[in-house]
Amino acid sequence: MLENIKCKIKQNRFLFEELVKRDFTKKYKRTVLGMLWSILGPLMTLGVMALVFTQFFGRNMEHYIIYLFCGNLLYSYFKESTGTGMTALYDNSGIFSKVNVPKYMFLISKNVSSLINFGINIIVLFIFCIIDGVPFTWKFIFLLYPIGCLVVFNLGMGLILSALYLMFRDMKYLYDIFTLLLMYLSAIFYSIDAYSQEVQYLFYLNPIYVYIRYFRKIVLEGAIPRLSFHLLAAAYALIALLIGAVIYKKKNYKFLYYI
Amino acid sequence: MDKTIIEVKNVSVKYITGDLRNIGLKEYLMKKLTRQYEIKSFMAVNDVSFIVEQGDMLGIIGNNGAGKSTLLMVVTKIMQPSAGTVKVNGRIAALLELASGFDADLNLKENAYLRGAMLGYTREFMDKKYPEILAFSELQEFEQRPFKQLSSGMKSRIAFSIASMIEPEILILDEVLSVGDGGFREKSEAKMREIIQNGKATILVSHSIPQIRRMCNKVLWLDHGNQIRFGEAASVCDEYDAFLKTGILPEKENK
Repeated sequence: MLENIKCKIKQNRFLFEELVKRDFTKKYKRTVLGMLWSILGPLMTLGVMALVFTQFFGRNMEHYIIYLFCGNLLYSYFKESTGTGMTALYDNSGIFSKVNVPKYMFLISKNVSSLINFGINIIVLFIFCIIDGVPFTWKFIFLLYPIGCLVVFNLGMGLILSALYLMFRDMKYLYDIFTLLLMYLSAIFYSIDAYSQEVQYLFYLNPIYVYIRYFRKIVLEGAIPRLSFHLLAAAYALIALLIGAVIYKKKNYKFLYYI
Repeated sequence: MDKTIIEVKNVSVKYITGDLRNIGLKEYLMKKLTRQYEIKSFMAVNDVSFIVEQGDMLGIIGNNGAGKSTLLMVVTKIMQPSAGTVKVNGRIAALLELASGFDADLNLKENAYLRGAMLGYTREFMDKKYPEILAFSELQEFEQRPFKQLSSGMKSRIAFSIASMIEPEILILDEVLSVGDGGFREKSEAKMREIIQNGKATILVSHSIPQIRRMCNKVLWLDHGNQIRFGEAASVCDEYDAFLKTGILPEKENK
């Protein structure tokens, strides 16, 4: 499946590059400051959260700012990637109703710019780690695993959401509410240690929490999660991608009627 | 050396419309609950067959809502026919509707490259062709302007220039030539004749019967999705002109 998509991407490389270029030009409106904003936004959120929550949740926790950063980093990437990906199909309806192009290209090109943002913010996280005295170990390599899972998960969610948005135009508002709730459920600024074991397991139903937990385990505890945890992380990503791909495959010629 | 470029056989398209467009989830649920949710469908194209051979220039005529654009969407594989088959031999450059699919915020060059990419060409090819495209459109001084600042005539010029300069094997033009000033129209008609002479096939949708007479050798006449005539340009145009005067639709041809 993934191989198949990869192969098609190769065929459409020129189109892909042009679309990415277009999305970048439009996003940053040809300004240098545009790029800077993508770092400043998350940093400001982090600053406010640290200011507000350190007294409540950070008292008994070492490196609370890094704890916050990990949560915020992954959650923001998910939110940005799916939020912008959601409109990918609708925004390009003028194109795919006139020219026969593979429709998932629009989504992938939008995901690229949020992935680059994410990459920049990971570097900022590492800088924070150095400042805060978090030891770097070889285990940091394992961070690539949750990152890869999240990229695939976001892609799948983007496929699902962009199709839904084309069908129901008020999806945007519903999704905003959903992401807000998701933020509170992802243990970004609090720890779930206070809950009973059963409740803690419930958190694993939230894919975003799973990816955040993985990150924290490596960065803060210097430990590699269990194998079952890896499987869970991959399963969420693949299920999302599968559902999204099936919707696109089935609806490929029907999308036209919803515009 | 007759070579069939496009073969459309008994194609029908069931067009779905109604409440599925522009609806919100709340509205959808309310309509579902009150049983007001309604999806209508109609045959936008009904059992149409035609053949375009190498060097042909096919004109498609008919009133608004005759199914011309829908038929072209099927030929360009944007839509799937509900019945029938479409065979296409060669690379299509389609201009469905005027200057569509361009991005308002990008400038002329970026849009040209994006369009080239959408039509399946490579960057090297566009690097080579872009100067020709720009020269043909005569819009050199507007190269760096965002597209939204161009007039619709300019947009159709660049759209035509791109579609014709990239040497498509099949060129599909939907109401493109009606805009643009006289000079450019003549130039583009000449360019189209050149494309045809190079053995390529062209489909032209137009409401201008004189233009169809001038340019096309075959004509397909559609009315409410039904195929009224397919044949030699002059005779079909004569019948169409008579229909416009009297308002009486001739008998459907026996296929």
